Amino acid sequence: MYRLSINGVVREVDVPQDMPLLWVLRDELGLVGTKFGCGKGLCGACTVHVNGVAQRSCQLPVGGVGNAKITTIEHVGDTKFGARLQRAWLQIDVMQCGYCQAGQIMSASALLAGNPKPDIEQIHSAMAGNICRCACYNRIQDAIRIAADMQDTDMDKGDSRA
Amino acid sequence: MHEPASFDVERRAVLKASLLAGGGLALEALIPLPAKAVGALGRAAPPVELSAFVSVAPDGIVTITSKNPEIGQGVKTSLPMMVADELDCDWSQVRITQADVDQKRYGAQEAGGSTATPNNWLPMRQTGAAARFMLLQAAARKWSLSAAELTTAGGRIFHAASKRSIGYGEVASSAATLTPPDLESVTLKRPEQFTIIGRALVGVDSARIVRGLPIFGIDTRLPGMLYAVYEVAPAHGGRLIKAHVEALQHAPGVKHVVPIIGNGDADGGLADGVAIVATNWWLANQARSTLAVDWDLSAAQGHSTTVYKDRAKAAFAAGEGIELRRDGDPAATLAAAAKRISARYDYPFIAHAPMEPQNCTAHYQQNKLEIWAPSQTPQEGLNALQKALGIAPENVTLHMSRAGGGFGRRLLNDYMVQVAAIARAIPGVPIQLLWSREDDIRRDYFRPGGWHSLEAGLDADGKLVAFSDHFVTFGDGQNPARAAGMNGAMVPAGLVEHLRYSQSMIPTVVTTGWLRAPSSNALCFISQSFLDEVAIAAGTDLPTLMLTLLGERREIAPFAGRGPAFDTGRARDVIEKVMQTADWTRKPLQPARAKGFAFYFSHRGYFAEVVEASISKGEIAVHKVWVVGDVGSQIVNPMGAENQVRGAVIEGLAQALAGQAIEFVDGVVQQSNFHDFPLARMPMTPEIEIAWVKPDKPPTGLGEPALPPVIPALTNAIFAASGTRIRSLPVRLPTT
Repeated sequence: MYRLSINGVVREVDVPQDMPLLWVLRDELGLVGTKFGCGKGLCGACTVHVNGVAQRSCQLPVGGVGNAKITTIEHVGDTKFGARLQRAWLQIDVMQCGYCQAGQIMSASALLAGNPKPDIEQIHSAMAGNICRCACYNRIQDAIRIAADMQDTDMDKGDSRA
Repeated sequence: MHEPASFDVERRAVLKASLLAGGGLALEALIPLPAKAVGALGRAAPPVELSAFVSVAPDGIVTITSKNPEIGQGVKTSLPMMVADELDCDWSQVRITQADVDQKRYGAQEAGGSTATPNNWLPMRQTGAAARFMLLQAAARKWSLSAAELTTAGGRIFHAASKRSIGYGEVASSAATLTPPDLESVTLKRPEQFTIIGRALVGVDSARIVRGLPIFGIDTRLPGMLYAVYEVAPAHGGRLIKAHVEALQHAPGVKHVVPIIGNGDADGGLADGVAIVATNWWLANQARSTLAVDWDLSAAQGHSTTVYKDRAKAAFAAGEGIELRRDGDPAATLAAAAKRISARYDYPFIAHAPMEPQNCTAHYQQNKLEIWAPSQTPQEGLNALQKALGIAPENVTLHMSRAGGGFGRRLLNDYMVQVAAIARAIPGVPIQLLWSREDDIRRDYFRPGGWHSLEAGLDADGKLVAFSDHFVTFGDGQNPARAAGMNGAMVPAGLVEHLRYSQSMIPTVVTTGWLRAPSSNALCFISQSFLDEVAIAAGTDLPTLMLTLLGERREIAPFAGRGPAFDTGRARDVIEKVMQTADWTRKPLQPARAKGFAFYFSHRGYFAEVVEASISKGEIAVHKVWVVGDVGSQIVNPMGAENQVRGAVIEGLAQALAGQAIEFVDGVVQQSNFHDFPLARMPMTPEIEIAWVKPDKPPTGLGEPALPPVIPALTNAIFAASGTRIRSLPVRLPTT
C-alpha cells in the first residue's frame, strides 16, 4: 500500500512497487490527463511534476515516489505558470490532435517556474524531450513566450476555467 | 460566388423540420453529394449523401452535430463554422455535439483524403441558410411583415424601419412548424458577408485538452473495465500454433488469457494472437514476458529489406515492367535525344506513429457490442467486424472518440476487430485494448518503400521532350499492395510529349497502408528531385523548367478518368508566388547554404515550396520554409489551416532528415520505438512562412497537400548547397 500526495490530496494505492506512476494515475486513480506515448521516457507525453520538477511518469516506479508532491495536468492550472500557459495555449490554439499537449504544458510550466524568461535555446533545450507528432512546435514556442510575457493578474490565482 | 452545380438530378435534398424537445427548431438535412465527391479510401465507393443537423433552442443556443471523426485536422470546428455562418448566429452561441456512427442517419463519416472540406462546403452552408430562412419566415409572420424587410446578425432578426429586433430563440418554436425551403434555392452569403468562415477560431475541444480532461479513445473509462494487450507473432504473416498460458494464471492482476485464431489475414482482418487481460494495463503488458507462444513464421522467410533491394535490382535488369501509361513515342525520342539524363531513386517503408497508441474499448453482452473507437473510418470498422467476426452492424453501437493523431493509420480498424474478439470472449466485462508503442511501430500499415529508374531526354534546344519512370513497388504481380503502385498522374505526365510510366511488383507479407498524402508523399520526391537534375542539365532551374512545362493556362483532364483535372494556371500561380515570397533568385550569402524548390498537386491542392538549408560539419540545418498553397477561394479556419501546413512541412522534413526507415529481417520489424524511429523535435523546427493564392474555385482539403513538396525542396537545397544529390531517403550525407 502506497500513500501518495497527488494534486494536494493523499491517495492510497495497492500496487506492486515497480509499477510506473503513469499507470497508477491512469488505471488506478482515473487521472487520465497524463498520457501514455512510448513507455520508455522518449516522448514526454506522460510528464508530471515531482516536487515541481518535470519528470516522465512512465519511468518513475511508484515505490520511489515517497512523500514527494505530485502535480498532474488536471491540477497544474492552479499554479501560476500552469494557468498562464493554459491561457496562452488557447490564445493561439496551439494544438492539432492535442494528445501530447498535457505533457508539453507540464514541461513548459516546470521551465517557467525555474526560469521565467527563457530564451529560445533554453526553450528548445527544456522542450526537446516532448514530441508533438502533429508538429505544433512553432506555436508551442510562441505560447511559452506569450506566457512568459504575461503580467501578474488575479487570474494567476489559478483559474483558467472561466 | 460560383458554386459547382453538379448535383445528381435524380436525387433531391430532403429537409425535415421538427419541434425540439423543450421547444425550439430542429432541422435535419439529408443531402446528395456532388457526383465528383471523393471518399477517404481509394478503394471505397464514394459516399452518396451526407446529413447536417442544427437546432435552435428557445434561449438562442445553437447546437450543431459534428458527424465526422476528429483526428486533429480541425473538422469538429470547421464544418460547424460553415453552418453557423450561413445561419448568421454568433459563434459564442454555438454548441457542438459529437455524433455516434450511424450511416443511415449521417451518411459518410470518415476522416481521410482531405475530403471533408470539398464534400461539406456547400451542404453545410445550405443547411445553415435554410435554418436562417425559416427563422426569418417565423419572425415575419409574428410581425405581419414580409421577410424581405428583415435582416439578421449575430443570432437576431432586425426590422430596421420599426427598430425592432428579436432573438432566434424566441421564434424558433414557431419556425419549427413551417415548411422547410428547397435546399438548393436558399440564398447563400457572398464571401464578403462571411462573419465566421475565414476567422481564426480556437478548436472546440481545445479548452478541455489543455486541462487534461478525458476526450481521447484511451481516456475511455467504464465501470468494471479491464485492460488488454494483444500479443501477435513477431513476424508479419505469422500464425499461432500453441500458446503456453499456464504461467500467466498467477501473474499479478491478470484475469483472463485468450488465445485467438484470426482469419489468417493480418492485413485488414484479424491477426492470430493472445490477449492478456488484467486490472491495470501495465500489469497486462508486464505479463507478456511470461507468455510463451509457438508461432509458425514460415510465411515471413525472406521478407527482408536486403532481399527486397536485391529483387528491385533484378526487376530493373529484367525489363520495363507493366506499362501504366505511354504518351507519344518515348523510346524513340529518348534514343534520338541530344542529351539523356538517368538516375535511380528509392525510399524506405515508414511508420505513422501517431502519439496516441492504437486502442479501442468494447463491451459485449447479450449478443450486442458497444465500442468506443478513435478511428478515421468507423463505418469501415463495422464492415471489418462483420467480415472478421461475423458480428452484424445492427448489433453494434459505435461511439467515436477524438483520436490522438491519424495520419492515415486509423483508416484501418485492426484494433477495433481485436478488441471485439477479446470482448466477445469475456462477455459482460468492458475491455480496453491498448497497444504498446512497440506494437504500434511493428504492426503498422507502413507507407511502402519503392525504387524508381528514371530517364529524361532533352532536344538540341535543351527542351525536355521525353520522360520515363520504371517503378518497382510491392504487390502480387497483378495488383499493387495497399498504398503501393502509382496511377500514371505523377508530374510531369501530361506536360511532356513523350512519356512512359511502368511498374514491377515484389510480393510482401508486410502490412502496408496510406500515410498522409498517400503516393504523393513518395512520388513528389521522385518527380521533383529528378526534374531538378533535368533542369540543371538543361541549364536552367526547377521553377523555370516547371513554368515552361506547364505552358499555357488550361485544364488537363485526369489520366484514365481518375482523379481531378489539373489546372496549369493554378500551378503557375503558386510557383510564381513562392518565387516572390522566397526571393528565389537571391542566393544566401553564407557558404554551404542554399535554397531548393519543389511543386506538387495532390488531393486537389496546389503547393509550391522553397526550403533554405545549410550544411556544416556534416549536419543539415533547415533555416526557413516558404509555402504557397492554393486550396480554393476560402480558408475556412485560418487557425487550423496554418497548423495543418506547418505540421505537414515539419512531418515531411522529419521523414527526410530524422532518419526514419522501417527495416525487416524475415518479416520482423527491426525498429520499435522513438529511439530508432525518430520523429521531429522542437529544435529542428524552422521558420515557416505561408501565403495563399485564392482563385474563385470551391475550397478543398488541407490535411495532406502541403506535405509532398517539402521533401524534394529540401533535397534540392542540399544539392545546391553541397553538390550532393540525394537519391535515397532518409537523407544520409556521404562521410568525408
